[in-house]
Amino acid sequence: MNLVRFYLDNTREVVGLVGQHLLLVLVSTVIAVAIGVPVGILLTRRPAWRGPVLGLANVFQTIPSLALFGFLIPLPFLGGIGARTAIVALVLYALLPIVRNTYVGISGIDPAVREAARGMGMTDGELLRIVEIPLSAGVILAGIRVATVVGVGTATIAAAIGAGGLGVYIFRGVAVVDNTLILAGAVPAALLALGADGLLGMLERRFVWR
Amino acid sequence: MTAPVVELRGVSCQLGTAPARPIVRDVSFTVAPGETLVLLGRSGSGKTTTLKLINRLIDPSAGEVIVAGRATGAVPPFRLRRGIGYVIQEVGLLPHLTVAENVGLVPRLEGWEPQRIGARVTELLTLVGLAPERFAARRPHELSGGQRQRVGVARALAVDPPLLLLDEPFGALDPITRAELQREFKGLIARLGKAMVFVTHDVREGLLLGTRIGLMQDGRLVFLGTPDEFRRSAEPEVRAFLEAAA
Repeated sequence: MNLVRFYLDNTREVVGLVGQHLLLVLVSTVIAVAIGVPVGILLTRRPAWRGPVLGLANVFQTIPSLALFGFLIPLPFLGGIGARTAIVALVLYALLPIVRNTYVGISGIDPAVREAARGMGMTDGELLRIVEIPLSAGVILAGIRVATVVGVGTATIAAAIGAGGLGVYIFRGVAVVDNTLILAGAVPAALLALGADGLLGMLERRFVWR
Repeated sequence: MTAPVVELRGVSCQLGTAPARPIVRDVSFTVAPGETLVLLGRSGSGKTTTLKLINRLIDPSAGEVIVAGRATGAVPPFRLRRGIGYVIQEVGLLPHLTVAENVGLVPRLEGWEPQRIGARVTELLTLVGLAPERFAARRPHELSGGQRQRVGVARALAVDPPLLLLDEPFGALDPITRAELQREFKGLIARLGKAMVFVTHDVREGLLLGTRIGLMQDGRLVFLGTPDEFRRSAEPEVRAFLEAAA
């Protein structure tokens, strides 16, 4: 097997790229959650903002990833060559599923449950903390899961702007027409995506309430 | 005579600004400690809205609601509601919390010590006939409808509020469980001496539990009196209800 020999010969480099790849996805997903969940909650309080905000998040989603990385390079502060630009782009991609699922999860709670909670004398903050977030946690986690899995795939493109990650092998393999090299990047990227999906899926199932 | 716990003075409620028919029109009554006022009426007669006007889940468009001597508009809504037990049909329990957590919810919001909450939960579950060691750790979906409703009553009593509001609490139960709970509940209210407002469309339930009956029709209170007065009343809507139950 060429692939196995390749990994044995380049173990140190492979581990480094996998680490870079995971870091890109982890940092961008954490930032996207930190922005997306509060925005989703805000939308449940300000339904009039729902259209514009979800629309904007949708627009980011439709920009081809290679083009988005390209657009970001000339921007001051956010742009440039390297991991920072890649993380900005990955955050923009991850926002839509997270914002949308947070909004959908919270709005999907039985209005009678919410009214009972308010009738017991919960303030808006208590309602959110004790009722709305726990009850919608499964749906919110499903959004985070989708964002993470998509992020693992999109992060391979980040190599195009010098951010590293497993895309380095894929682009190198395409350039020199070497299938083993392409697979050397693609196979671990796919395994990472499956692993993230499985782990977050397990977490998600802990938040199923009847 | 003791001061009323609840007083409604000419309360009306209209949702939206359209010149639509108000849901509640010029309703006035008082409920004293130890009294159970049953609000009876057909679906859409405004009885549930009247109940929600008391704990400000709905705001009145005219008139005044006074709870424990203070206009409800003058108190922050969460403060007002924590002093009022609220029991609703079926769905009032939080599905992700255990029975003990549900019952101890308002004490927790009020910042009680965990030991005090635990002791209170045990006391309340026993009071409503659920063995604490068997039921405390269960979740609502593991209970029967009647057991859920007992938990709902225990939860409403948690911080010993002077006033309970009950919105068809036994409405979703089978007739046998329903009769059993009504009987037990009657014993419970006699011992507790609370002021209660109890919404139902079941005349028999109203006559069994109420010290007074208020009958609503199209948002108005068309009859207010004791169960005996209710049985003798010539008011057409009262007759209609009595005949339907006969």
